[in-house]
Amino acid sequence: MSETPLLSIDSLSVEFGRGEGPYTRVVDNISLNVGRGEKLALVGESGSGKSVTALSVLQLHETNLCRYASGKILFEGNDLLTYNDSQMRGVRGRDIAMIFQEPMTAFNPVYRIGDQLIEPLLIHEGLDRSAARKRVIELLDRTGIVDPHKRIDAFPHMLSGGQRQRAMIAMALTCKPKLLIADEPTTALDVTIQVQILELLEDLQQDFGMSVLMITHDLNMVRRFADRICVMQEGHLVEENSVQVLFDAPQHPYTIHLLNSQPESLGVENEALEDNKILLQAEAIKCYFPIKAGFFNKHVGDIKAVDHISLDLVRGETLGIVGESGSGKSTLGMCLLRLQNCEGAIVLNGQNLQQLSPRQLRPLRKNFQVVFQDPFSSLSPRMTVEQIIGEGLRVHFPEMNQAQRYALIVKTMQEVGLEENMLSRYPHEFSGGQRQRIAIARVIILEPKLILLDEPTSALDVSVQKQVLALLRDLQKRHEVSYLFITHDLRVIRAMAHRVMVMKEGQLIEAGKTEDLFTQPKSDYTRALLNASLYSA
Amino acid sequence: MTQVKLTTARDEQLRQVNASQTIRAWRRFRANKRGYYSLIIFVLLFGLSLFAEVLSNDKPLIVYYDGGYYFPLLKSYSEKTFGGDFDTEADYVDPYVEKLITQGKNWAIYPLNHFYYDTINYQNTAPNPAPPSAQNLLGTDDRGRDVLARLIYGFRLSVIFALILTSIGVVLGVIAGAIQGYFGGRVDIISQRLIEIWSAMPELYLLIIFASLFQPSVLLLIVLLSLFGWMGLADYVRAEFLKGRNMDYVIAARAMGLSDRAIMWRHLLPNGLTPVITFMPFRISAAIMALTSLDFLGLGVPPSTPSLGELLAQGKDNIESWWLSLTTFVVLVGTLMLLIFIGEALREAMDTRRGG
Repeated sequence: MSETPLLSIDSLSVEFGRGEGPYTRVVDNISLNVGRGEKLALVGESGSGKSVTALSVLQLHETNLCRYASGKILFEGNDLLTYNDSQMRGVRGRDIAMIFQEPMTAFNPVYRIGDQLIEPLLIHEGLDRSAARKRVIELLDRTGIVDPHKRIDAFPHMLSGGQRQRAMIAMALTCKPKLLIADEPTTALDVTIQVQILELLEDLQQDFGMSVLMITHDLNMVRRFADRICVMQEGHLVEENSVQVLFDAPQHPYTIHLLNSQPESLGVENEALEDNKILLQAEAIKCYFPIKAGFFNKHVGDIKAVDHISLDLVRGETLGIVGESGSGKSTLGMCLLRLQNCEGAIVLNGQNLQQLSPRQLRPLRKNFQVVFQDPFSSLSPRMTVEQIIGEGLRVHFPEMNQAQRYALIVKTMQEVGLEENMLSRYPHEFSGGQRQRIAIARVIILEPKLILLDEPTSALDVSVQKQVLALLRDLQKRHEVSYLFITHDLRVIRAMAHRVMVMKEGQLIEAGKTEDLFTQPKSDYTRALLNASLYSA
Repeated sequence: MTQVKLTTARDEQLRQVNASQTIRAWRRFRANKRGYYSLIIFVLLFGLSLFAEVLSNDKPLIVYYDGGYYFPLLKSYSEKTFGGDFDTEADYVDPYVEKLITQGKNWAIYPLNHFYYDTINYQNTAPNPAPPSAQNLLGTDDRGRDVLARLIYGFRLSVIFALILTSIGVVLGVIAGAIQGYFGGRVDIISQRLIEIWSAMPELYLLIIFASLFQPSVLLLIVLLSLFGWMGLADYVRAEFLKGRNMDYVIAARAMGLSDRAIMWRHLLPNGLTPVITFMPFRISAAIMALTSLDFLGLGVPPSTPSLGELLAQGKDNIESWWLSLTTFVVLVGTLMLLIFIGEALREAMDTRRGG
């Protein structure tokens, strides 16, 4: 590259800390260039410093919490780190724009979409309102929003996740920036929409001739998208190469590790399960949420979250429940565990759970347990690991004494790959993967027959994801537990499940053995889902 | 900001997180110097005031009389014990008794301040209220009682009263808020309306009515003020529980088969205590203010009780006697300020976003 790059980060280090206190180096001596019209992807797991690097470009950190220990950020030859606030404001939005991961929180909920999109035009371009409004409608149209002249007056909550992300992109493009920083732009979206957003970004990038700095944890997602990839690990840049070279001949062991952490089938044997006894049988599960309107709360209709779903599950089997957000898969799970009121029959181990009162149900609860998606919110932050894991024992095995309980807790800890000396620590002292192990330990210590896994790996980094899945498989083999595995991630389900159910808008679309469903999908929706997830694979 | 938190390097993370939440909160509290020293001063003052009987009393601590030791603080002795004339308890303020127990080989150790809160100094030459003198360091009030003694006992009574009132308020508020927030729905709506009706009751009129119906006493005041004092806190606890009850760890606890009470106690309460603890010092100072103003209006504690509000009222009636109003004012403002500084530091300590 003979010309000067558009953005050039030169041996940048960022440290976090407060006042005098110790400073932690989060980004260490990073150098990278983004050329004009180039698509660069910055890839790394959580904690690698990729977002911090990107936020440094726009200096969007809290200034009293961080300092730049060394380095320069040259944008068109000018060092952004020497800019003062008002100079920075001239750059933000006009020359460099940013889109964020969570489109819901990136918009201010009390303003209309249009008002928020018009704002940069008024500030940076000095347009009057009606001209700006026209531009915004064009842009919304360009980003693929249907009826842009109507949508411009919508509030953020009236748009779907995909539409919001499109509006977000439109907002970033209002001033025709030279560089677009996209921080995990598709992570919060459903797979089918992820593909659309990526295609849109690619399309717009060529149209506007801008550079894109894409930040993501998903190496495979950027394979189609980026020209070059930088891999970060714990604040260091470990590898930088063109997509072709990086995927064909990765150099650094960490890159190889990342590439290998895609979940692969861990050997699912359907035959072995055939003579097993039926554990769970659910008949015509129905869960409607009433829509009420008017002063007297008249019942005007229902949201059919789960609509006549039947399923059965044998011992030691994994049933995958797949669907996009809003498909009712989580609600179905909650219904089956009787944590959500519903209609229909649920028979577990020959006992109809629907006929039992909450009090009668309580002692049986040790047989069916749940592991949640987010290991940060599923563990009480004010309890030690020992208290968390031992809690179920206190309830269901009150006859155990302190020593027996402790011994069992330690044994379970070892079984899920944790150490005994972690027992007195609090959840926030653990990484995401370790927390998920704690959540699993809390559940299996009761030796349940059925575990509901509600997106158990979605919040984890890919390499950790693989470990957790292996642990789950291992536990299933050893204890003959049945899993109800809820997820939106088809790759994970293919690796884990014996059978799969596809749900959409509360209804069952298709069900069958995993391999059959993946190789010969019967419905169009399943096919669309498969295509979307293969795009990034 | 979670992203930023996640990205701290590993060793630093380990160093920091090894401290439990409580220790980290304490560290943050200590970082606020003003609040930290306020807490030390307040605890010291309150601690000392708990021993007010030893610091400020009209009875000697130890009397050595005729080869025997006497402890008038703990036991009542008749005047005859010390060679006097009456069978009644010795009046140690009486110069005659004082002479009996200090002449010859006999001696007595008096507390630092020679007056109990209701001791009337008959020996004073100046008319009451008397200005500060060597005997009455802060003067006397309009009945000849020592102001310093009344301030010490009044401070103690105010703080203890406030602590009791706040504790009752916290317990009631947490229970009410927890039930509303945890069960939500109809329980919540109905009890919210009941609270609204209850809070519309004119508190002051009720106090005036009750003050005329019953013999005024500290207990009656605590009961009456407790009836209304819990509602503000209940709102905060309710909000915390409403937020917390849909958290995954609460659902996980329900799936585990825990009873409602156990979930509320073990899972929701520890996570919902932040507003309770943060508001505690402010509620204590509000309770002190309430007691003082009621006493000032004459609706509070019975007349002989040492009370800051009653002293303030005397200061108003004897406007030239500056030692009445000024000293009470200093004590009151000092106490409230210490409490507010402590509250400020607590609020910062409870703010986990501050790191440390």
